[in-house]
Amino acid sequence: MASTARVEHPPAEPPLVGPGHTFASVGDKISSIVLTTRTPLGWFLGFGVAFSMFVMLLATISYLVLKGIGIWGNNIPVAWGFDIINFVWWIGIGHAGTLISAILLLLRQRWRTSINRFAEAMTLFAVACAALFPIFHMGRPWVGAYWLLPYPNTMRVWPNFRSPLIWDVFAVSTYATVSALFWFVGLIPDLATLRDRAQSRAARVVYGMLAMGWRGSARHWSNYETAYLLLAALSTPLVLSVHSVVSFDFAAAQVPGWHATIFPPYFVAGAIYAGFAMVLTLAIPLRKLYGLEDFITMRHIENMAKVMLATSLVVAYGYLTEAFMAWYSGSPYERFMMWNRMTGPLSWSYWMLILCNVVVINTLWVKRLRTNVPYLFLVSLVVSVGMWLERFVIIVTSLHRDFLPSSWGTYRGTPFDYSMFLGTIGLFLTLFFLFIRFLPAISIFEMRTILPGAKLDEEKA
Amino acid sequence: MSGAGIHGLMAEFKAPADLVRAAREVHAAGYRKVDAYTPYPMEEVLDALHLHRTRVPLVVLTGGLLGLAAGWALAYWISVIEFPMNIGGRPYNAWPAFVVPAFETTVLFAALAAVFGMLALNGFPQPYHPVFNVPAFATASRDRFFICIESGDPKFDRAATRDFLKALGPTAVEEVPE
Repeated sequence: MASTARVEHPPAEPPLVGPGHTFASVGDKISSIVLTTRTPLGWFLGFGVAFSMFVMLLATISYLVLKGIGIWGNNIPVAWGFDIINFVWWIGIGHAGTLISAILLLLRQRWRTSINRFAEAMTLFAVACAALFPIFHMGRPWVGAYWLLPYPNTMRVWPNFRSPLIWDVFAVSTYATVSALFWFVGLIPDLATLRDRAQSRAARVVYGMLAMGWRGSARHWSNYETAYLLLAALSTPLVLSVHSVVSFDFAAAQVPGWHATIFPPYFVAGAIYAGFAMVLTLAIPLRKLYGLEDFITMRHIENMAKVMLATSLVVAYGYLTEAFMAWYSGSPYERFMMWNRMTGPLSWSYWMLILCNVVVINTLWVKRLRTNVPYLFLVSLVVSVGMWLERFVIIVTSLHRDFLPSSWGTYRGTPFDYSMFLGTIGLFLTLFFLFIRFLPAISIFEMRTILPGAKLDEEKA
Repeated sequence: MSGAGIHGLMAEFKAPADLVRAAREVHAAGYRKVDAYTPYPMEEVLDALHLHRTRVPLVVLTGGLLGLAAGWALAYWISVIEFPMNIGGRPYNAWPAFVVPAFETTVLFAALAAVFGMLALNGFPQPYHPVFNVPAFATASRDRFFICIESGDPKFDRAATRDFLKALGPTAVEEVPE
């Protein structure tokens, strides 16, 4: 009877952890990346390249502050250029971290466990890169702080709360703070593991101080788990609000191509899409470099590819709606905007965007391609390019041809625009390399909870 | 007080199921000043020791309400009282516009309350705790499971409690120095 009943069960899901792992081996494997004295050569190479790019960022910013934002390409009519494109691009990438750690936690998607820690780190670093652009768009940020933050200044000037730009400041700074808190809280038990395993005195002291005396007490776990769950519940609406508010920066304006009600959901989907692409871009080399295939399994890789594919469909729907509404609105300006996007001087960017975000991504319907890791890595890079182009199209093609032909212009990024953009990629990778070297890149204690040994067999007990 | 000079008695287990069973028996035997130490959160241990009451949600709710009030008050005070700007004759008290910043401060204050409330309720940062005096306790963050009956428990008796713990089948029972 039992043997015939088994046929009706669906095939078992592949395990989330490679075979043969125990509570000790999981912790030892992950913490050995941090506590080892031998850092792989690949780390030094990667860090070296990233750090050089970061130095380029510092040089660009120094020159920017010295000369003013005239060294950038944005001017009237395209007053928002690379700075806002890159801001939205980075913020979007940051969304996957919170999505994985908060929304997938609430949905009990246990496969999130091995990727949430570094996705959260990625979020933090991406938000830090994003914040640089609006801050330095002010030219001299220490003078312009009263535009962003409501603080009592000698001029008694305050921000306008009816403007989406101040909402954006609140949304992004809250997002950065909450992401940092979420990340640090998740780290506490693992920092205690590092403290207990560290050989050198310096490591014991530093990790010990960061762990704050964590000892795995049941009373502490009770408070901890509740706080962690509540943070996830708070982050869920927060992550949806952030990119919605970013999209209000555009949607509340009257520029054709910006003034659209589809923007908030379309931006949020795009953010998740771009974020998962970046998680894959980071996860694929990481698991290879450190031999983490037991923890970041093919099932994880494939799940991420599927999320990326699903969100790409929402994004494609957004493109379709934009085109449809331009026609259906009956507004000649909207119709011209769309026609100009598709056939105007910058039409290459629109068709490249369609190629990256609509054509290439749909090859992932094929399981053989989806599970081909080098191909998936390539697709994740294509998606990052596509999402950058999406913001380029929205911002530049809408601004360079607005209502009055007499105010038309064109836009081109200057070398400083490019060095600042590449520089933030350097900052992002520098922080990421430091993170995987000094902190556990995978959550040790959460990995233990999904081991087969953690399941209590009550009959046996 | 037969437990003078020590923090308590600690039993070490190899398997999570053994700890859960031991925790149930410790609770059934009437010990209340008990704590378990595990390398990952275990719902069953919380059940066994009846530790599900936590004040974290109340702290978070308070933080969230404070954040809502603070965000709303800031937007209202600036827009209506301190710096009213007439933009196309639109009302100063544009309450729909205040929803977004007030929502963000609600989440911000609630999250800060969750983290710092949790740390405070756990008594962190805590530079010293007696359980670390047991050398084997370093494995509590790795793959071993501990239960400690503290000497402050009215039922605690150095010899009798040790015998009781030994009967639960641990790999070791050790005294935890103060």
